[in-house]
Amino acid sequence: MSIDKDTVKHISKLARISLDDEKTDSLSKNLSSIIAFIEKLNELNTDKIIPLTSIINTSLTTRKDIVKNEKIRDQILKNSPEKNDEFFVVPKVIE
Amino acid sequence: MKDLSKNTLCRLISGIKKKDFSSEEITKSFINNSQKAKKLNTFITTNFDKALEDAKNFDKKKNFEGLLSGIPIAVKDLFCTKDVKTTAGSKMLSNFVPTYESTVTSNLWKEGAFLLGKLNCDEFAMGSSNETSFFGNVYNPYGDNLIPGGSSGGSASALAASLTPATIGTDTGGSIRQPASFTGTVGLKPTYGRCSRWGIVAFASSLDQAGPMTQNVEDCALLLEAMSGYDPKDSTSAKIKVDHYSKNLNEKIKGLKVGIPKEYRVDNMPDEIDALWKRGVEFLKDAGAIIKDITLPHTKYALPSYYIVAPAEASSNLARYDGVKYGHRSKGNNLIEMYENTRSEGFGDEVKRRILIGTYVLSSGYYDAYYIKAQKVRQLIKNDFDEAFKNVDAVLTPSTPSAAFKAGDKKDDPISMYLNDVFTVPVNLAGLPAISVPAGYDKNKLPLGLQLIGKAFDEQTILNLSLAIEKRAGFKKEINNWWKS
Repeated sequence: MSIDKDTVKHISKLARISLDDEKTDSLSKNLSSIIAFIEKLNELNTDKIIPLTSIINTSLTTRKDIVKNEKIRDQILKNSPEKNDEFFVVPKVIE
Repeated sequence: MKDLSKNTLCRLISGIKKKDFSSEEITKSFINNSQKAKKLNTFITTNFDKALEDAKNFDKKKNFEGLLSGIPIAVKDLFCTKDVKTTAGSKMLSNFVPTYESTVTSNLWKEGAFLLGKLNCDEFAMGSSNETSFFGNVYNPYGDNLIPGGSSGGSASALAASLTPATIGTDTGGSIRQPASFTGTVGLKPTYGRCSRWGIVAFASSLDQAGPMTQNVEDCALLLEAMSGYDPKDSTSAKIKVDHYSKNLNEKIKGLKVGIPKEYRVDNMPDEIDALWKRGVEFLKDAGAIIKDITLPHTKYALPSYYIVAPAEASSNLARYDGVKYGHRSKGNNLIEMYENTRSEGFGDEVKRRILIGTYVLSSGYYDAYYIKAQKVRQLIKNDFDEAFKNVDAVLTPSTPSAAFKAGDKKDDPISMYLNDVFTVPVNLAGLPAISVPAGYDKNKLPLGLQLIGKAFDEQTILNLSLAIEKRAGFKKEINNWWKS
């Protein structure tokens, strides 16, 4: 199946990546060749196969649910491109 | 000044203990080499001043409790290092300074090593040639304009050029083993769960593993031992005791059964690779191993299923780069526009390709046809190995279908680039350990590696088999110095 330009626009919207026309065009070609490559899997009948969900045999471990207050707000905010004393800052969402 | 950089990791460790030289002298040797090797573009961030300070402190205290006491080590720039910039080779993280340390690097520092610098890699570890880094291509010391493989290309080149005594990389589809093969070095991808993934910039979480890259097998065993272990902060890390890989390392492999999978003889494989593989068989026979023909029938479906599973996980993992919490941020008139511009400007082409493929195969209406299908095929690939390991102790294959190639050769054709990983990807899908060990040269004097695949958590067997190959192959580093200034 080929990935036309409208499909590229649709998935780039879902992935929140803006693309200009030139990029959309080249990606349409690239992605189509990748999809054609992965469609080789259709040769295989997998009707009776259970999909693999984990390659580790043991079940995931759990830990005690303990509240930790390490007061690391400054560390969390440190790398933010825009912040004030307490919060991440984003463009206005609510009028 | 004595140049100590040509010594192996194990020799450096014993030399410091015997007072043959100091940690400071070692550190200076590597810094000196690095300053003359700028053309290779291996370092994104150097930590030389701090490393010298660490070395001097070590020499004052001389605490030899750790496995890596007094050793400077540069690591792939995918490991978060506290207060040292960690970029993942991306513009998106070009200003990111972690406030925490990855578990794997913490383990190295606990064993007495210290950080020499952060090494270049493909952007978010997506690439097979180290041509996708925001910080430019890495070059292979074996030849002008030659790529070192990827994604741990900076690690491989730095190691081959003696800019670090050993290093660590990460391997999602071959990113340790393929560059190791291209640079005449040893690289091991441990069993999934052997090393903690905590604090490593995530690419595809069900496939990612950190592993050692070293000059020889003995160093590899030691570094693996130092970095491995259970970590409560990674729920997929295994509560299985770490073996004393280095102490137990031996080439007594008599009677071990090694499988040769016929499906790895792919179309258009150069004769030299086939010849190398046969030589590997002879080396192992000579050491007393029993060679058996085996079949891994779904091998040819590994790459197509990988290129569904890995991008799917990547599209999810990389959703966190939104210009809000950390990393690059672009302007936008509203929140959505800010997200879209940030991600458009912050990610390079290959990363965008993979995010979009991942988004597509997970999107409504296509999820079953692609993603579930790939997970079913992944089960078949795992079953192939389970079946094979009923009859053999390890599997021998070539590491790569070719030697290192020139920059630009495959950059515009994603599929031909992806085919580099045809021998390495099945192992990640099945979660198994595998090592690439240098075994010879091609006609252009470029290194070629052989891959040994082991049972889950049986790294010791593949290390021992590799040692047997290493001793018989007599591989010697022969690099010209085109890159030295």
